Amino acid sequence: MYIYLPIAEVSVNAFLLLGLGGMVGILSGMFGVGGGFLMTPLLFFIGIPPAVAVATEANQIVASSFSGVLAHVKRKTVDFKMGGVLLIGGLVGAALGVVVFNHLKSLGQVDLLVKLCYVLFLGVVGSLMFAESLRALRKSKQVAVVKSRKKRGLVHALPFKMRFQVSGLYISIIPPIVVGVAVGVLAAIMGVGGGFVMVPAMIYLLGMPTKVVVGTSLFQIIFVTAFTTMLHATTNYTVDMVLAVLLLIGGVIGAQFGTMIGAKLKSEQLRILLALMVLLVCAKLAFDLIVEPAELFSLGVAGGH
Amino acid sequence: MQGFFARVFLVILTLAGPVSAQDIVLGMSKNEIGITAFFNGSEILIFGALKHETAASSAGDLDVVVTIASPRDPVTVRRKDKRLGIWVNVEAFDVDLAPSFYAVATTGPFDRVVSEASDLWHQISVRQLIRAVTVPASTNNKDQFTEALVRVREEQGLYQMLPGSVQLQEQTLFSTSVSLPSNLVEGAYSARIFLMRDGQVVSQYQTSIDVQKVGIERWLYNLAHERPVAYGLLSLAIAIFSGWAAAAAFRLLRG
Repeated sequence: MYIYLPIAEVSVNAFLLLGLGGMVGILSGMFGVGGGFLMTPLLFFIGIPPAVAVATEANQIVASSFSGVLAHVKRKTVDFKMGGVLLIGGLVGAALGVVVFNHLKSLGQVDLLVKLCYVLFLGVVGSLMFAESLRALRKSKQVAVVKSRKKRGLVHALPFKMRFQVSGLYISIIPPIVVGVAVGVLAAIMGVGGGFVMVPAMIYLLGMPTKVVVGTSLFQIIFVTAFTTMLHATTNYTVDMVLAVLLLIGGVIGAQFGTMIGAKLKSEQLRILLALMVLLVCAKLAFDLIVEPAELFSLGVAGGH
Repeated sequence: MQGFFARVFLVILTLAGPVSAQDIVLGMSKNEIGITAFFNGSEILIFGALKHETAASSAGDLDVVVTIASPRDPVTVRRKDKRLGIWVNVEAFDVDLAPSFYAVATTGPFDRVVSEASDLWHQISVRQLIRAVTVPASTNNKDQFTEALVRVREEQGLYQMLPGSVQLQEQTLFSTSVSLPSNLVEGAYSARIFLMRDGQVVSQYQTSIDVQKVGIERWLYNLAHERPVAYGLLSLAIAIFSGWAAAAAFRLLRG
């Protein structure tokens, strides 16, 4: 069944979009990532104009994150306090990111920069997570290691300490705010929710327990992507409501299944799967940059070089 | 240079030829296309008759050319090259105006039906159409870019060359059909019919086809552009509601 999208101005197969939405929704519920880093390239591939794909994807992530977070709220695996602190940083970062993005656009080559950003961050985050979770998986097989909480480095020496009961942490609010800002900047430049950077940052930099990380990340993503959606809708008019609805019907259902699957897996397994997926997308993007394209010429709307 | 003058001379000759709009009687299966929610391309049938005086003239066989063009927009064509091991855009060229859709249907092979001079003057082929409006730029390899534009859009089915797809019966009745793709842009499309003899335009006729979004498509498009804040909030409300509905439904299912 074909549906004509009023803003993207193309006609697409409705079932294809429902399926894509469902697939990305499952990942979203499982890992606490918005799935934008997967969905946006997929939308390009089926012929949605890039500007519309990026803006509409933000709207869809609001839906699947909201659906996912409700399941986590019920299981009490959302640290609202931590989420709020991260969100403050995130909104500041997103606003900064938009400024940076527009500046780079005026310099040209913004597409290349976005792609290099993807390759770099996906590559680094993916390999680190993969190596770490592999080590953790091996360790958990040998002995039931008691988690050591002795790592008290710089993070614990900073002022403005706050107690985060759900995460079981008593740390300064400076690191979460810095993480929030950094992820916000990246999210705005790369046009994604930023979950794939946020989740590892929470685990490795802030030392939050994996089970809490997913819900908290989703909670934070809802607000950042809602902000982005409004920004795109009011400045570029590129949010396609019909496309968003098709994607989010699949997405919200997928997110529920994803959360169910995520609850059954061990956190090391969860992390290793996410790491593999991140590395796969990274490899694909790097491959596209290195291999000679079949068509050296591309068309764009005149004006924006 | 000599070739250029010869072309200009031919153009003047063409101009001087008998061009009258009354030689063609035209019919179309539709002169309005509404883009609905389930729009998936459209087939348009163009048919007509040639007035007898023209057809009966013994000067030679007649040919018919039908073109359909979308409104024209500026396009940027970018070229990639290898720099430091990766493929990046290194050069860009702005084509001032190019149609997003263009089809040329003819009774026979294009080169036989339309002479170079007629093409130059009437801009029948898409290459001439684009070239005619593109101001010669400082880039001396601009042909490379316009060629790339034509090639890319031909591959996407947006530029169609349809030689031999116009049927001409008894030198009087002609008909052809052109299928318009699903990714049409809105606007007034122009349909031109050329009556050709020996590569020269004997007569031409022009009409327009209106392509417009209708129903919910139109409503959403207008809302997005006229009241963007309301549109954005509505999008978010739909997203939040569906997220909640899915979660609630699953909670019920699991008891």
